[in-house]
This record gives sequence, C-alpha cells and structure tokens, in this order.
Amino acid sequence: MTEFSYWDILRNLLLAGRWTVALSVIAFVGGGCIGLLLLILRMSKKPGAEIFVMGYVQLFQGIPLLVLLFLAYYGIGIFGIDTSPWVAAGVGLTLYTSAFLTEIWRGCVLAIPRGQWEASQSLAMNFGEQLRHIILPQALKIAIPPTVGFLVQVIKGTALASVIGFMELTKVGKTIANATFNPFLVFSCVAVFYFLLCYPVSLYAKSLERKMNVDR
Amino acid sequence: MLTAETVQAAKTVIEISGLRKSFGSNEVLKGIDITVTSGEVIAIIGKSGSGKSTLLRCINGLEDFQSGRVSVDGKPLDHKSPAAMRELRQRVGMIFQSFNLFPHLTVGKNIMLAPTLVKKKDAAAAQAAAVKLLERVGLSEKFNAFADQLSGGQQQRVAIARALAMDPAVLLCDEITSALDPELVGEVLRVVESLANEGMTLLMVTHEMSFARKVSDRVIFMHQGLVHEIGTPAEIFGNPKTPELKQFLSSLAD
Repeated sequence: MTEFSYWDILRNLLLAGRWTVALSVIAFVGGGCIGLLLLILRMSKKPGAEIFVMGYVQLFQGIPLLVLLFLAYYGIGIFGIDTSPWVAAGVGLTLYTSAFLTEIWRGCVLAIPRGQWEASQSLAMNFGEQLRHIILPQALKIAIPPTVGFLVQVIKGTALASVIGFMELTKVGKTIANATFNPFLVFSCVAVFYFLLCYPVSLYAKSLERKMNVDR
Repeated sequence: MLTAETVQAAKTVIEISGLRKSFGSNEVLKGIDITVTSGEVIAIIGKSGSGKSTLLRCINGLEDFQSGRVSVDGKPLDHKSPAAMRELRQRVGMIFQSFNLFPHLTVGKNIMLAPTLVKKKDAAAAQAAAVKLLERVGLSEKFNAFADQLSGGQQQRVAIARALAMDPAVLLCDEITSALDPELVGEVLRVVESLANEGMTLLMVTHEMSFARKVSDRVIFMHQGLVHEIGTPAEIFGNPKTPELKQFLSSLAD
C-alpha cells in the first residue's frame, strides 16, 4: 500500500478536475446547441414540433440525471456500440442540459413583447429573419444570467458520471478515499474543488445580472 | 362595361368583401365590405371593441380571418402562402399604438433593417434612404440614437419612417397617437398629414376626431363589427344618420 501525502491527494484531484471541467464544457456546448435547435423548432409552429419538444423536455427533465447516465451507458451498448464512459456521460449530460436550456431560453423568448414580432412581421420579415435580427438578440440579453446560473448545476451534475466509471473529481476522490482510509479529509478536498469551480461562475452570473440591469 | 371595370380596378388599392373574423365564439367582424382607392385617406372611428383595430390587422395579415376576401393591389391575401404574405406586407405598412421600435438597434438600423433584408437593398442605398426619411419626419439628428433615448412622439415618427422605408402602397395606422402625452400628439399628426397631402393611401383608426375631420376623404363609423355608416367627414360629423353614430359623437363631446 502506497502512502498518500496531502500533496498526492491534491495533485490527483487537480488532475481529475480537468475532466470535470471538460465534461461540463461538453455538456454545456452540446446541450446548448441541441437546446437552441429545439427552441427554434418549437417556435417554428411546424405541425407536431411543439408536442415533440414538449415531450422531449418533460421526458429528460423527469428522469433523474443518475438514471439517465445509466441508461446512456448501458443503452448505447445494446446497439452493439462499445461505449466508453466519455460517450455515455457526454450523451447523458447533453440530453439533460438541452432539456433545461430549451425551457430556460423559451421563457426568455416569451419575455420579448409581442409587438416586436408584429412589427417585424409587418415589415415583411420571415421567421428566420425575425429570430436572427429581432428576437434572439433581445432574448440573449435576458438569457445570460439564468443560463450561467444553470451552468453551476451542470458542473455539480457531472459528479454523477462517477457511477459509470468516469474518472472525474468525485470518482477519483472516492478511489483515493478508499486507498487512504480517510474519506472525510478527501471528500472535504473534493468539496472545496467543486466550490472553487462553481463559486466564480455564480459570481460572474451575479455581476452580469447587475451589469445588464435585467429588471429594467 | 368591361373597360369601366378595369379602370376602376387599376385605381383600387384595397378591396375587402364579406370579411368575417371571430376570436373563438366571439365574432368581431361580421361581414365588412370596403374598397379603398389609391391616394385615399380613410379614418375609422367607433367605440372600443367595435372591431376597428382587428380590421386593420386583417389587412396586413397579422390576424387570420374565417371568411371573406381581402386583396391588396389586386392580389388576394393568402395566409397559407408565406411568399404571398411576404409580398403583401411589402405593400402594406403598419404603425402601432405602442411604436414597437427595435430597442437593441439604433434609429438608423431600425429603418434600414427590413429594406436590406427583405428588399435586398445594399447598405449604402438603404442608409441614404434612411437619412432622407428621418429628415422627412424631422429627426435627422437622431440616426444613431436608441429608442429609449427618444420621446414617445419621436419614437412614433421613427416608426413612420421605418414603415415608409419599405415603400408601401398603403399605410395602416392603428391608434398611433393614443399612447402619447397630449403635447406630443401634434408632431406625429403633422407628419401623417404631410403624408396625406403627398398622396399616400392611409387607413387610420383614430380617436382624434378633429384630425379625422380635417385630413380624411372618407370616414368609416364601425359599430358591433360592421361598417355602420360611411361618408365624407362633413356627412359623418355634420349630419350623422344613425342613432348609434349620433350617440357616439355626442359621447365624445362630453
């Protein structure tokens, strides 16, 4: 049995922190892209689109992320595709993130006064032009604070990827805890790491909120 | 007979016949027939809930309707065809009670956006046109201002310039001074009046009776979803025939 110094614990957690950050970025970029597509699909009023998107959102908001990760991990395997924890965690978190971001952003679009749609429509703009030039630029402004706030949830959510063997902060923490027989110390360090990742993001969200003066 | 009809058709800008519109079980328009010829200025008056605004909104397709026909420049309005609606809306400008300027764009960009996107005007031409239009509504120094830096009257004048930038055949004005402070009403009405004098076809829902009387060629009194009385301003205001119109006019005098 090797001896773990404090430095060993920190070093290993720090290395594992990279994968927590990487997974958060994947979830956020993937979820953001799919969330935006779903939002546009829903607003397009195409037949069946609204029901499809609503169903998607309800489904993935209604399943615990933990179960979603299990399903992604074992589900992809059923189709004969060799799943790495990376792919499964990426897929699971993307589904989860996209469902929430679609709803958050839909609220932001709904906050844009109807007159903006009507004025742009009266000027003969089509749906795509209205979105791109009138609605989304205004919605983006109000969307930033809640979106950044949700990012914190996603960062913490990546901890669940440990259950499918993804070597991120929590999983590595657990491994070290098992080796050192000092779980309280190790998980305290893990907690500090999460806090150091999330707190600056929360602060940033707050400052954005102030800067944009959303209440106005 | 045929020739007379074609001559008349050539001058007609808007033709509405048998227009019916309901919101759920509530029928707001109960069969409207109106023909508007080029250069005509028409004021639509009536109590709130009489269907005035809905009528205007049907003409540029902001509201769908259940039956009847609306055609602009001889082309029938067809809700199912986005291309036809896009075509139609380029011919019909609309100005709203609440201005609806785009708050994230400067005044200049507000005016230039639709011509560059929809009419594929190049930026320089669109800018030159925007400068001219701003001059016309008396706001040439506001090109780079944002909507929230303007008074209500100024915002409404920008909205007029923005609608004119699309070079419409008709301008629909939906109670465009109702949201303004009293001292700002005049500046907007003067712009509308100058448009009327220049031969623009105007359909305006208004509560400014003295303005309607002064500027319009015909006045339409709407009551319970129907054109109740129609005539010259002198006839409508000076010699109202129906008790409903009489009552409406006297209620304004109080």
